[in-house]
Amino acid sequence: MSASFTKSTARNIFYGGAVFFFLLFIALTVDTTQALPKRDNRANLTEQVARGKNIWETRNCIGCHTLLGEGAYFAPELGNVYKRRGPEFIKAWIKGQPTGAPGRRQMPQFHLTDGELDDLVAFLKYSSEINTNNWPPNVEG
Amino acid sequence: MTTSTTAVLDTPRGVEEHAATRLKYRSQAVAKPYFIAAIGLFFGQIVFGLIMGLQYVIGDFLFPEIPFNVARMVHTNLLIVWLLFGFMGAGYYLIPEESERELHSPKLAILTFWVFLVAGALTIVGYLSVPYATLAQLTGNEILPTMGREFLEQPTITKVGIVLVALSFLYNLSLTVLSGRKTSISLVMMLGLWGLAIFFLFSFYNPSNLVLDKLFWWWVVHLWVEGVWELIMGAMLAFVLVKVTGVDREVIEKWLYVIIAMTLITGIIGTGHHYFWIGAPAYWQWWGSIFSALEPIPFFMMTLFAFNMVNRRRREHPNKAAVLWAMGTGVMAFLGAGVWGFLHTLAPVNYLTHGTQITAAHGHMAFYGAYAMVVITMISYTMPKLRGREANSNAAQVVEMWSFWLMSIAMVFITLFLTAAGILQVWLQRMGSAPLPFMAAQDQVAIFYWLREASGVMFFIGLVLYIISFFVKGKTDEAAR
Repeated sequence: MSASFTKSTARNIFYGGAVFFFLLFIALTVDTTQALPKRDNRANLTEQVARGKNIWETRNCIGCHTLLGEGAYFAPELGNVYKRRGPEFIKAWIKGQPTGAPGRRQMPQFHLTDGELDDLVAFLKYSSEINTNNWPPNVEG
Repeated sequence: MTTSTTAVLDTPRGVEEHAATRLKYRSQAVAKPYFIAAIGLFFGQIVFGLIMGLQYVIGDFLFPEIPFNVARMVHTNLLIVWLLFGFMGAGYYLIPEESERELHSPKLAILTFWVFLVAGALTIVGYLSVPYATLAQLTGNEILPTMGREFLEQPTITKVGIVLVALSFLYNLSLTVLSGRKTSISLVMMLGLWGLAIFFLFSFYNPSNLVLDKLFWWWVVHLWVEGVWELIMGAMLAFVLVKVTGVDREVIEKWLYVIIAMTLITGIIGTGHHYFWIGAPAYWQWWGSIFSALEPIPFFMMTLFAFNMVNRRRREHPNKAAVLWAMGTGVMAFLGAGVWGFLHTLAPVNYLTHGTQITAAHGHMAFYGAYAMVVITMISYTMPKLRGREANSNAAQVVEMWSFWLMSIAMVFITLFLTAAGILQVWLQRMGSAPLPFMAAQDQVAIFYWLREASGVMFFIGLVLYIISFFVKGKTDEAAR
């Protein structure tokens, strides 16, 4: 770097750039939160869905699955599992775990009550109705 | 313990060398337990990585004792915690030296070390010994639910503990900086560490609205690893390069500012590449694609920086291993964070690759190249000094350099195999007229998981050699200079 480009110039670019782009980021975030009500399916965000999210979290489902593409990549995407499988399959599947098939990836048995299973399904249904810009590419997730 | 002239080059004016060691400031010694803990936790991280790698191909391995989600939580949380231990050790070593005075309170630093270590260990024991739901119940998660989100799985009380430890650490370092010399390196380091603590506060925000949850979850995760952590990384790298090359501080600090300026200019809006498919407006596809496409620039500059400074060096530092780690950090961070990040950052590509093994490939190399390696660079430079010598013996350095090559090459292979798995996964599961279900696609790519596991074993051997290098004796000869 040339001598005319001094350390204080570099420092000013750093501070100026950081502040400018952070403010821009906040502005975009505010705009996003204002656009969300039309996209994030909050009309269907019931108490039951909130309970379902809590079950999702306290069983650490994200440790194997992905949800809207984030999480672990060990088990299927569940953001659209409601559309792929439907409520009854999901409940039966969770109840039937672990499969015990030798060598096969195993899911723990969480001993969820019927009410909890309904909560979890409600959460997955709500998640499947978020406007994700058409992601995932197909129903297989 | 030799007392040669090497220390004179480094010793700032008016400071008497402590007789027993080469440390300029006695309180820098508090860094040592932090570094030892970091290496220990790193070892644990890799063991759990190997378990998970095997579970990818033998799904019931260690089930139900260690289900995959538990192994993964231990793997990723140990990564975060060992890097935090590394950053803290680096802070405690670097700040007194840059500030030209003793640490404000060495006692507090040691106390927080034990608090952090015990809390971290208890959390890991909690993950392994009771079901996660029980852990959530035991730790009062219903009072303030924050658990069960990727990388932020820690019980709420652990999160509170992390904040308290961070506050005491920042208090200690900030007072040290305020009362001493203020250099660009120490200011950038402090800015990074304060940013780390502040953005972590978003981990306490967990709304029921999944989209809002995810939107602000990235304020921790992205603004850490593609934001403020890079400041910490830049400061640590600059510090080591000042020491091992003897290049004028003005030059190095100018580079540092340009690099971190590019980091934040590209990286803050670059957060948008995580907002493509989580329910946020579609305009993020433009903002995210454009700015994250620029994110490799600071990493490329970091590589240029390291090589440039080493080429311009004014001294041959006896610690060749540290110089090797410093140059390796630049290269691997550029490949992992820069190139592999760019590969799938554009929205049309990311549409197909989001949440596949390609993400995993990028994550592995980026974390190793940027953060694991920069912490090891710092440890490699400081640990001999903390143990009373300028550099380790040649024999020890040879073993350390072997570990460098084994771990780094193994990580290249892990990344390549995961990338291959990811491409095939995308092809089978998301393209074509008859997409396969997830597990059917996984079965098809199993060969690459086996190859990844083999590379993981190679990495593990490299890590074992790294640890062995601390115990290799041999003469700390002056001929190394």
